[in-house]
Amino acid sequence: MIYDMEFETLPREALVAIQLQRLQTTLERVYATVPFYRKKFQEAGVKPSDIQRLDDLKKLPFTTKQDLRDNYPFGMFAVPMDNVVRIHASSGTTGKPTVVGYTARDINTWASLMARALAAGGATRGDIIHNAYGYGLFTGGLGVHYGAEKLGASVIPVSGGNTKRQIVIMKDFGPTILTATPSYTLHLTEVAEELGVDFRDLSFKFGIFGAEPWSEKMRGEIEKKTGMTAVDIYGLSEVMGPGVAIECHEAKKGLHVFEDHFIPEIINPDTGEVMPYGEPGELVFTTITKEAFPIIRYRTRDITSLNPEPCICGRSMLRMNRVSGRTDDMLIIRGVNVFPSQIESVLMEMEEVEPHYQLIVDREGNLDKLTVKVELGEKAFTDEVKGLQSIEQKISKNIKDYLGVSAKVKLVEPKAIARSEGKAVRVIDNRKF
Amino acid sequence: MQVEQISVFLENRAGRLAEVSAILAEAGVNIRALSLADTSDFGVLRLIVNNNEKAMETLKNAGFTVGKTNVLAVEVEDRPGGLHKILDVLYNSGINVEYMYAFVQQSGNNAVMIFRFDQTEKAMNVLAENNINTIDGKTLYTM
Repeated sequence: MIYDMEFETLPREALVAIQLQRLQTTLERVYATVPFYRKKFQEAGVKPSDIQRLDDLKKLPFTTKQDLRDNYPFGMFAVPMDNVVRIHASSGTTGKPTVVGYTARDINTWASLMARALAAGGATRGDIIHNAYGYGLFTGGLGVHYGAEKLGASVIPVSGGNTKRQIVIMKDFGPTILTATPSYTLHLTEVAEELGVDFRDLSFKFGIFGAEPWSEKMRGEIEKKTGMTAVDIYGLSEVMGPGVAIECHEAKKGLHVFEDHFIPEIINPDTGEVMPYGEPGELVFTTITKEAFPIIRYRTRDITSLNPEPCICGRSMLRMNRVSGRTDDMLIIRGVNVFPSQIESVLMEMEEVEPHYQLIVDREGNLDKLTVKVELGEKAFTDEVKGLQSIEQKISKNIKDYLGVSAKVKLVEPKAIARSEGKAVRVIDNRKF
Repeated sequence: MQVEQISVFLENRAGRLAEVSAILAEAGVNIRALSLADTSDFGVLRLIVNNNEKAMETLKNAGFTVGKTNVLAVEVEDRPGGLHKILDVLYNSGINVEYMYAFVQQSGNNAVMIFRFDQTEKAMNVLAENNINTIDGKTLYTM
């Protein structure tokens, strides 16, 4: 079902006209209200009035996650706090999270786009949506929630965790749509099996999965184990949250970007040059309707390509292919963004260990497992095993407190972690997506 | 009469223990007693050797994390109840054993056990009061 027939099927020429007009309005506004953008535009020698065609977008400077951190917490908001009704945040690399805000209209826009996304993924107002994305500062839970209500579906705000109870709810409430991270979905199937529940006997028809990288192979596995049709959803809090792009369940071949609200570009991450359709590169977004937190040419660090071919579902919006990787060292572990530098800052604050570490990510069963190898400091060495184990536990607790991700800590001997000439090998990702 | 014990942090990987023994052999250090405490990730090797300084220096130079701890070498009567007698007096004095292991050589007719207590000084006094003999380092290293 197409939720917003008028906009989702706009002919290209009409869409481009809307994009240009909205882009110009957004640029005028950020130039006037956000000192960061005014300064950056001035440094680049460009004014909002220089943007006469969509193609002129490339004249504008990029915005990076570092810019967001430099303006922490509210420096890039384009409206007074009086008009902000919601604040979300995601983890950042130095302990400072990335903070975003929404006006009442932004929340409404987001809900509408999420309603479009849920509908594209197979949901209707008659459905019961089991929403296992985390509720809180993370945009996943509330983003889906508002969209589900906007669509008119019944939403179960179950959030993440307490897996056994989730299975009971699934059995008793009969939800027909599942929204969760793909890895948690596979975990749910395992727990269900332990409880003697076959997922395929439940009432699910469609699953809308995202917030972490996954693959066609995983889609096959999820569909086989759950009996539902699985689609990919994409979003990030800096741009809005979930509902920036969605696969339609008809084609399941790339995610339609809601281009009437977000302009996607693919750039060469080294040169910044804009790449043609089909070429892989870094995904860049410009929001053109957001009020509280508009963002101009935001470098997502996600690698993908854009596909302008028409789709069997009837939507005219172009599609981004499945995200195939990152241009930075960010890891997504059970849906949580983790930068090696965050682990480093935790370790730096502890006297017991040297700041030489290595992160090893595995997928055991269906869950991501993070192991942190860290060199034991000379002074902290004790000949009592429990003393050493308590150091491991302390590190593990600090990582959990600071990053919200569980990690197994392994103390290793000094110099055990290879020092290479150039960049240390900080991350070994054994997961196969 | 405390005895110095050296300890080495070891990752659980093949050949790591053999590296320690090779280094000590090459340095002409004789291992008098040892114990290895391990978890799934790492181990702690505890050693009584005839030359602590040399053992520590060569191991450190080879990149090992080495520590030094004071332990007690206690004579244990080599008959049923011999160990129990010692543990009993210590228990009654509120002293805990962190770990213990056996020394290879006998001292006369007695066995020798290496003990690490949570209160080393107090343990020494309690043992002395109960006429339980401890062996000093100098004697032990050359036994």
